[in-house]
Amino acid sequence: MTEENLAPVTMLSTPIRLDYDFTAGLAQSKTLAGYAQGKFIGQRCPKCKQVYVPSGGSCPTDGVAMDEVVELPNTGTVTTYCIVNVPFAGQSIELPYICGQILLDGANISFMGLLQEIPTDEVRMGLRVEAVWVPEDELGPNLSSVKYFRPTGEPDADYETFKEYL
Amino acid sequence: MSAPKPVVGNRPVAICSFAQSPSLRRVDQANEVEMLMPVIAEVFAKANMTKDDMGFICSGSTDYLIGGPFSFVMALDAVGVWPPKSESHVEMDAAWALYEAWVQLQEGVIDTALVYGFGKSSLGDLSRVLAMQLDPYTMGPLWPDQVSLAALQARALLDRGLSTEQEFAEIAARSRHDALKNPNAQVRNEIPVAELLEEAYAVSPLRRHTLPPLSDAAAAVILVAGDRAYDVVDRPAWITGIDHRVETHAFGARDLAVSTSTAMAAKIAGVGNGPVDIAELHGPFAPQEVIVRQAIGLDDSVTINPSGGPLAANPMMAAGLIRMGEAASRIWDGSATRAVAHATSGPLLQQNLVCVLEGES
Repeated sequence: MTEENLAPVTMLSTPIRLDYDFTAGLAQSKTLAGYAQGKFIGQRCPKCKQVYVPSGGSCPTDGVAMDEVVELPNTGTVTTYCIVNVPFAGQSIELPYICGQILLDGANISFMGLLQEIPTDEVRMGLRVEAVWVPEDELGPNLSSVKYFRPTGEPDADYETFKEYL
Repeated sequence: MSAPKPVVGNRPVAICSFAQSPSLRRVDQANEVEMLMPVIAEVFAKANMTKDDMGFICSGSTDYLIGGPFSFVMALDAVGVWPPKSESHVEMDAAWALYEAWVQLQEGVIDTALVYGFGKSSLGDLSRVLAMQLDPYTMGPLWPDQVSLAALQARALLDRGLSTEQEFAEIAARSRHDALKNPNAQVRNEIPVAELLEEAYAVSPLRRHTLPPLSDAAAAVILVAGDRAYDVVDRPAWITGIDHRVETHAFGARDLAVSTSTAMAAKIAGVGNGPVDIAELHGPFAPQEVIVRQAIGLDDSVTINPSGGPLAANPMMAAGLIRMGEAASRIWDGSATRAVAHATSGPLLQQNLVCVLEGES
């Protein structure tokens, strides 16, 4: 063996791959099954009465099982938003677009949703919106079932009604 | 009544409540949080306490079992942490979370702590997942499976004349037999040693019965310091000694037939200061029980793993904490006055924790 063969190793690649089954869980499965039917399904805490959508099954405040299933309406309020202008890898939506935090009516937590059918310079906090679902034969147990949210045309929600959810 | 003076630490701390979910090959519908929720509810109910009574929360789990980040943060939903709680986590068996909580209690600022651990081995290929804890340069890239590694250790034991395949089978038979009395155990049966020895090798010299089951489960305990422990349980299981030691991750630099770290921890925890009635040992593979038992210095009079031990149920990140809970249970029910609990973490008994639990006689 020559000296060259004993040159110090300065770098090595060690490929890693691990495969997993994912367990959505009893509570989230209800929400996912709801998407497949074109419905928002949440759960209410028996103690603090807050409604979570999606629900993790346990109230993060009280640590008790949220066993009451609540079907939420299609309508909600934009609590805050972001206008995306910067291209990125894997981008599938035409720029610019609006990413909004949607607080469904009757829910106590907001989630992120795509806003369409409104010019980007007209979006605002308090905007009233509704979900547009994909055609029935394209519904599935995932959030892709919601095509986007669009304005309902109602007057804006009063700031007081959503200030706790920002 | 007063707590026995601890050998390690200044402040007496006791295990006062314990709950565990049944160990199953696959918890199918519930996710980790949902598997943990009833266990947390039960450990509080048994202690007649709530989350608001807890001064500290510490958990043991690993994202590598779930394949997702920050699973321990999601798990906090099972407790409910509002108003905000002082909380910590170890990426180890929850026995080490108990150790961290015990250290916190030694400071004298808080009197109570909740400790829990959870793991679902069923979500991935556990042998590949556990290869991730090996050194990433020379050992990890070979992806050695955990059974083959345990076989190296078993071979070292046999070659030194420190055990026999017969003894491995006897350990498995005893564990599964004792597990018949434990509704939370997973492998519970009555198979004669001679029949076990007819099994083919999984990896020589390990037959299938020397391997721990793949388990999904969660466990939790409540620690209480000082006289408050008597408000929770009639006969608290006082931690009179606790210590943990770690050895090098390089197998080639270790004598695999012995466990130096366990022996050191046992000495510091004061195991030899009195007779031991029962011991709950966390040697997931049958030969590892031989090594741990020898290292702690337990003679034949000591009842080993009356719960069935890890050969009957081995939920990752919880099995070590379960040893402590099971040993404490023997103190509470009066069947033991002095008990030893052992937990291991890392490959081939790399890191070991030894705890001595005592009840008033």
